[in-house]
Amino acid sequence: MSDQTDTTEQTGDDHAPLAPLALPLDAWHRAAGARMVAFAGYEMPIQYEGIIAEHLWTRENAGLFDVSHMGQLYVSGDGAAAALESLLPGDIAGLGEGRMRYSLLLADNGGILDDLMVTRWKSGFYLVVNGATKADDIAHIHEHLPEDVTLNHMDEAALLALQGPKAVDALARLAPGVAALTFMTAGAFTLDGVPAWISRSGYTGEDGFEISIPAEDAPRIAALLADQPEVKPIGLGARDSLRLEAGLPLYGHDLDPETTPVAADLGFALSKRRREEGGFPGHERIMAEREHGAALTRVGLFVDGRQPVREGAAVVDAQGDTVGRVTSGGFSPSLQRPIAMAYVPAAMVSPGKVVSLVQRGKPLSAIVATMPFVPHRYVRQGKPKP
Amino acid sequence: MTLYFTREHEWISVEGDSATVGITDYAQAQLGDIVFVEVPPAGTAVDKGKETAVVESVKAASDVYSPASGTVTEANEALEADPSLVNTAPETDGWFFKLTLSDPSQLDGLLDEAGYKDFVAGL
Repeated sequence: MSDQTDTTEQTGDDHAPLAPLALPLDAWHRAAGARMVAFAGYEMPIQYEGIIAEHLWTRENAGLFDVSHMGQLYVSGDGAAAALESLLPGDIAGLGEGRMRYSLLLADNGGILDDLMVTRWKSGFYLVVNGATKADDIAHIHEHLPEDVTLNHMDEAALLALQGPKAVDALARLAPGVAALTFMTAGAFTLDGVPAWISRSGYTGEDGFEISIPAEDAPRIAALLADQPEVKPIGLGARDSLRLEAGLPLYGHDLDPETTPVAADLGFALSKRRREEGGFPGHERIMAEREHGAALTRVGLFVDGRQPVREGAAVVDAQGDTVGRVTSGGFSPSLQRPIAMAYVPAAMVSPGKVVSLVQRGKPLSAIVATMPFVPHRYVRQGKPKP
Repeated sequence: MTLYFTREHEWISVEGDSATVGITDYAQAQLGDIVFVEVPPAGTAVDKGKETAVVESVKAASDVYSPASGTVTEANEALEADPSLVNTAPETDGWFFKLTLSDPSQLDGLLDEAGYKDFVAGL
């Protein structure tokens, strides 16, 4: 028996030249029974009790994820908003304090260098970027910042995510006031005496929170959160299956410098004012694609049968020629069937279209699905939890 | 009945020139939740050391090699409806396929249960 593919391990930085580094919670994960793998240059927990059990627990209760490998950056100074707007297509100037936005770091040709979250704090902007790309992101942002704008890498901070319908119950017990946050808002809280920057956001499609705390406090806070009856620790394996069901792209797989915001079906990240005014990398190309469509577009797929289709499988036309590619795929624990994301030509984009695939020489069939595969359950303004 | 193991984590249980093949408990634990198994139908000729079956966990696909050459006489159809049998009973109900051996002498280089246990302990 031998591995053909291991999508989760490929997710890491394949080019990391050094032995993987330990994150602040390394010992805690091992004590909790995690199986550790190298990911984005770090030793990370892939699973504890099992991916399916962890996945379903998060959908029904609350899962605790260590995402300390991600880059936490802080951009401040008088011209910070304008400087970020020169790199991202989102409305950053108009972001109110404690408001956050999903955005994209774009190359000059409109290709996607990374996807990230931007939040306005009192005196600047807090960015969360992908772990495998953070060094390149920092170099890229540095290079483009004017002198009066400062970029700090908050490498003394850990990042936890608490996700699931009961996350609010568990966290509100320890950090009073968090229940007042709505989706994509954030604020400063005290979590068992520790200063914590908490946002109501995540990467699972569920209600939940992301919690930035000093690394030195992370083991104690993680243990405290995991002690709550609603909470279990969840590994990277379930993080991947949860985000796939939620239709959320993964950088390095569904997004890369060859893809654009329109091709990736992330048009919502192009704020109206920015579309009209321009001033972000690739504006002309991106507006043209918005008008006429991209050559290939990211769609969701329901795969026929039981066999998962993985990243790298080909999308083929009636003649058997490769016309697109699967960028993520796996077995959906919630739906009990294989699902995938793929880039397909314009003729195949609409839901219900049949798409032919070839994986390791074997033909498979799929149907274009509306994403998310599993409905999002975010807690939005004016829609309090029943 | 004699039980042999490969260093690729397959087991083969042999009685005369008939054998049953599956993956080991160690292998299923490493793979995690198994969601799909593809086994060769009866009549398929299989070669020792060649990809013969596919096992897919939530996160990865793996090839299963036949520990010996021969002809498949039966595929475990229960795995189609319930691939998790490989997790819960890898060395009993979670068997992959049965075959008629074409060259039983191929078994000579395989590990016995104690040898496999030592091999896994060293991984």
